[in-house]
Amino acid sequence: MATSFRRFGRRLVGSISRNNFSTSCEKQLIQQQDGGGKSLNLYSAINQALHIALETDPRAYVFGEDVSFGGVFRCTTGLADRFGKSRVFNTPLCEQGIVGFGIGLAAMGNRAIAEIQFADYIFPAFDQIVNEAAKFRYRSGNQFNCGGLTIRAPYGAVGHGGHYHSQSPEAFFCHVPGLKVVIPRSPRQAKGLLLSCIRDPNPIVFFEPKWLYRLSIEEVPEDDYMLPLSEAEVIREGSDITLVGWGAQLSVMEDACIDAEKEGISCELIDLKTLIPWDKEMVEASVKKTGRLLISHEAPITGGFGAEISASIVERCFLRLEAPVARVCGLDTPFPLVFEPFYMPTKNKILDAIKSTINY
Amino acid sequence: MALSKLSSSSSRLTNLLKPVTTSFLLHRPISTDTTPLTIETSVPFISHQCDAPSRSVETTPKELLSFFRDMALMRRMEIAADSLYKAKLVRGFCHLYDGQEAVAVGMEAAITKKDCVITAYRDHCTFLGRGGTLLEIFSELMGRKDGCSNGKGGSMHFYKKDANFYGGHGIVGAQIPLGCGLAFAQKYSKDETVTFALYGDGAANQGQLFEALNISALWDLPAILVCENNHYGMGTAEWRAAKSPAYYKRGDYVPGLKVDGMDALAVKQVCKFAKEHALKNGPIILEMDTYRYHGHSMSDPGSTYRTRDEISGVRQERDPIERVRKLILAHDLATEKELKDIEKEVRKEVDDAIAKAKDIFHSPDAVICFSYSQESPMPEPSELFTNVYVKGYGVEAFGADRKEVRGVLP
Repeated sequence: MATSFRRFGRRLVGSISRNNFSTSCEKQLIQQQDGGGKSLNLYSAINQALHIALETDPRAYVFGEDVSFGGVFRCTTGLADRFGKSRVFNTPLCEQGIVGFGIGLAAMGNRAIAEIQFADYIFPAFDQIVNEAAKFRYRSGNQFNCGGLTIRAPYGAVGHGGHYHSQSPEAFFCHVPGLKVVIPRSPRQAKGLLLSCIRDPNPIVFFEPKWLYRLSIEEVPEDDYMLPLSEAEVIREGSDITLVGWGAQLSVMEDACIDAEKEGISCELIDLKTLIPWDKEMVEASVKKTGRLLISHEAPITGGFGAEISASIVERCFLRLEAPVARVCGLDTPFPLVFEPFYMPTKNKILDAIKSTINY
Repeated sequence: MALSKLSSSSSRLTNLLKPVTTSFLLHRPISTDTTPLTIETSVPFISHQCDAPSRSVETTPKELLSFFRDMALMRRMEIAADSLYKAKLVRGFCHLYDGQEAVAVGMEAAITKKDCVITAYRDHCTFLGRGGTLLEIFSELMGRKDGCSNGKGGSMHFYKKDANFYGGHGIVGAQIPLGCGLAFAQKYSKDETVTFALYGDGAANQGQLFEALNISALWDLPAILVCENNHYGMGTAEWRAAKSPAYYKRGDYVPGLKVDGMDALAVKQVCKFAKEHALKNGPIILEMDTYRYHGHSMSDPGSTYRTRDEISGVRQERDPIERVRKLILAHDLATEKELKDIEKEVRKEVDDAIAKAKDIFHSPDAVICFSYSQESPMPEPSELFTNVYVKGYGVEAFGADRKEVRGVLP
């Protein structure tokens, strides 16, 4: 897995934002060059981004359960020592409170970087995110907003997490206008995207692939850089089928692409990065070229974000499609403990779906 | 003391000579005596908005010995779960209860299986206290068929319907409103039962606790909210997370009692009192001052946010098992040797249950096990699709071959 992620790193494309979604920032988006920087794993890259965020903006705060000790995944290590207890602090165990507090903090013009310990625990805060954060600007006719709010939460399978440490709840939040949902695939992406999210003038839910915290290692530039939101990226070019995914699933998909190539199938792999508002144009352009689409995510298939992508692309590319859109996703069951390997959208499942789409 | 030493050495001698007779003798004087005994609790109860129960607790030699045995069993079970986790036989997350045994044991001594119990994910011992078996526990921990939920849930999801154990819940604080709902149903059924909803000091800061408490007080529900205060919500000390760590007072208008949760007799006394109170007057909060020896979960060494001295200090001065051991010896209800033998027995019981729960295909001596094949196998793959909806409504999965697969339910 780590190797395929290193590959992603070198392919990094960093063009200027085509969509005008990420208008945010006081800083210019920095164009990324290949290579450079230190070799870092994903949690260290997040840690670096948080350091930069706090350093560059004296009104940025990091808080959540156990964050001042470094957090359960060590993402916030050293922050409290460096920036003090008044800017990096633990909260009681109350997710609804954490997010509500963050909205208030952000509404006064601060950058509130809240951590929810696991994405599985974000649901007590669901009301605050959906009804308060997402609609604050709209309801107040732009008098108020909580654009400085970024909610970080580790999501996804980890091999043995069971029901409440493995879920991928991104689709719930993709149903909420006013929010942005961003998921990085690698350390370099994580750092750049997280800094963009923190500085973006909209509330953002930033899901971090917890499986990759230590596994994914990549050269990450040490400087302050941002990667554009709402801009997808072709991380592998191909001509026969387009594959769309995000986060940890991309490495599984990349493996399937490599295997498919051995059988003469050329796959184009797209990292969506921002789930809403998503880069329809790039996916559309790719599907117009290949004529086929496969979407893969860990979350259960029904009502997953793959369904939205599928519907949109069928609308836009109906006459160009050579086969129905394929979805290789989690099963419609609660996230299982012992049956995690059956549940997961594995490489072989994706490879089978690629083949049956090609041979449709 | 000298007397007990003498008798222990003499029984060791007997043991050497005739081991069978000794183990037979072991049950002789100790577990049957029901002569009443009155023992003072370690510290007074502290009350809020109610009178405290008496510090003098009625018990019997039989009960004290059963406390010792049950707590020793729980302790051993948790230590074994720790090793199984480290051997990667238990997957998922795993939260151990060792140190807090007196709460589970004392509570069970005061209530019946008709009363409901609901707790969070640190639930192995609560389940055992409700009458769950070691085999069910270890099988569930390892995701085997013989587990109490068919191996589906794993370490933190135990349930036992026939003993009204409504489960270990994975989301912090989410079980408290559920518990109040159980109490609501009990108020209707008028069968003089109550619900014990257990939560930790971390969960005590969740908003839903206060919502549920208000409703329970408003409608006088027979709900007993038990805050197992082990002083750390994961790595956060209680005082860092709570403006007032006096959790028994935090119901404001709801009465509360603070109890030494390391003293099984005190726990028993207060649970008995609380049950009577709840049936007459509605909800009450019990704060059990207790301690977990392990870290929060298996990935927490438990030593970064507290000192080793603190842990060993509690072990030496407040350990619930040692307290009962001392009581038994002081009242001369059994000898040290006999208590040691109980611990040996318990150890064997745990080892046997683990051996039985281990899968034949994963056992290092698979060949031998295969010939007996008593061990609990892995669940059928179809188990993944069962119980998502009621029988007859199978789950659809979209297969890689572009066909919908309908899970066939048994």
